[in-house]
Amino acid sequence: MSKFTKKKSGELPAVNTASLPDIVFMLLFFFMVVTVLRKDNLLVKQQLPKADQVEKLKKDRSVFIYAGKPSSRYAEKYGTEGKIQVGDKFTDVSALKAALTEQRSKLLPELQSSVVVALKVDEETNTGLVTDIKEKLRELNMVKIIYIAASGNDVGKN
Amino acid sequence: MGRRATPEVNAGSMADIAFLLLIFFLVTTTIEKDKGIARQLPPEQPENIDPPKLKEKNIFIVNVNKSDQLLVEDNLMNIIDLRLAAIEFLDNGGDGSCTFCKGKRDPASSDNPDKAIISVQNDRETSYKTYIQVQNELVAAYSFLRDRESQRLYGWKFTEVKRALGEGSYLGNKDAAQEKMKTIQDLFPMKLSEAEPKTAGQ
Repeated sequence: MSKFTKKKSGELPAVNTASLPDIVFMLLFFFMVVTVLRKDNLLVKQQLPKADQVEKLKKDRSVFIYAGKPSSRYAEKYGTEGKIQVGDKFTDVSALKAALTEQRSKLLPELQSSVVVALKVDEETNTGLVTDIKEKLRELNMVKIIYIAASGNDVGKN
Repeated sequence: MGRRATPEVNAGSMADIAFLLLIFFLVTTTIEKDKGIARQLPPEQPENIDPPKLKEKNIFIVNVNKSDQLLVEDNLMNIIDLRLAAIEFLDNGGDGSCTFCKGKRDPASSDNPDKAIISVQNDRETSYKTYIQVQNELVAAYSFLRDRESQRLYGWKFTEVKRALGEGSYLGNKDAAQEKMKTIQDLFPMKLSEAEPKTAGQ
């Protein structure tokens, strides 16, 4: 009988932590893979307006246009008027066509015909600037656009 | 001087290092999902084409001035009321040809959702925030009506199924759902027009 009665030791056995690094590494790799470092260096202020009737953006076929006032550290150099940014630099309305064509050519060839233009515009911008952009887009025949918005809705809160 | 066995490297701090890296990536990760209001711009028009003739009662005019105030059908309106006003206009069914409309059938408002057009006119100095709010409310009006009709005809909500299809999480026959969504879209086609903006003072 004494075979089955185990002697009780007072101490708890230590938990084996040898596999802890493995678990942590797994998490680490997950986050490393998921992380997307921002591609474009933002030169303009980006406080997006809020909307709740939104659709998801298909990133693989989109071209980004940023617009807004130059952010505070560039304000001295570029003024405080609303400006357009495509890629990494400021673009004028007149030069927008060339800049967009260049951006479009960076997409996969089979997706270039179904390009979606994502407009990331600061909420304090004048609509006139956006209208100018849209006019150019129509001339380029890039008619699918999406106004990127933050989630939420503050209609009725003011 | 005999050969000594190389001492084993202490791997105890490996977990600490890995944790450090992990926390760095955890903090820097912003799982960015850009969302927004999708729109299709009208293609370029040759200048010498006459615009099609539309009855004035079929057009719902939303005018936004440079200080972000709304003039809807010649009445000053708060943006909170815009959604309901748009729903009422679209759902009116003035000439009785719309069998599913539940509106007031006011002969002075739109004839049929198919003919109803919402026209937004902005000032160049309207803030983009207000512009998006107006667009959002108008899209919401269409979504409300489409949801109502899909609920009545098929028992599901248009916007929910659309989202599920977009995320790929829709269970069931996708083609049939697309087909049904097309039907609903035809019942309430989104006819949002944007007029050329005026400059202040015009």
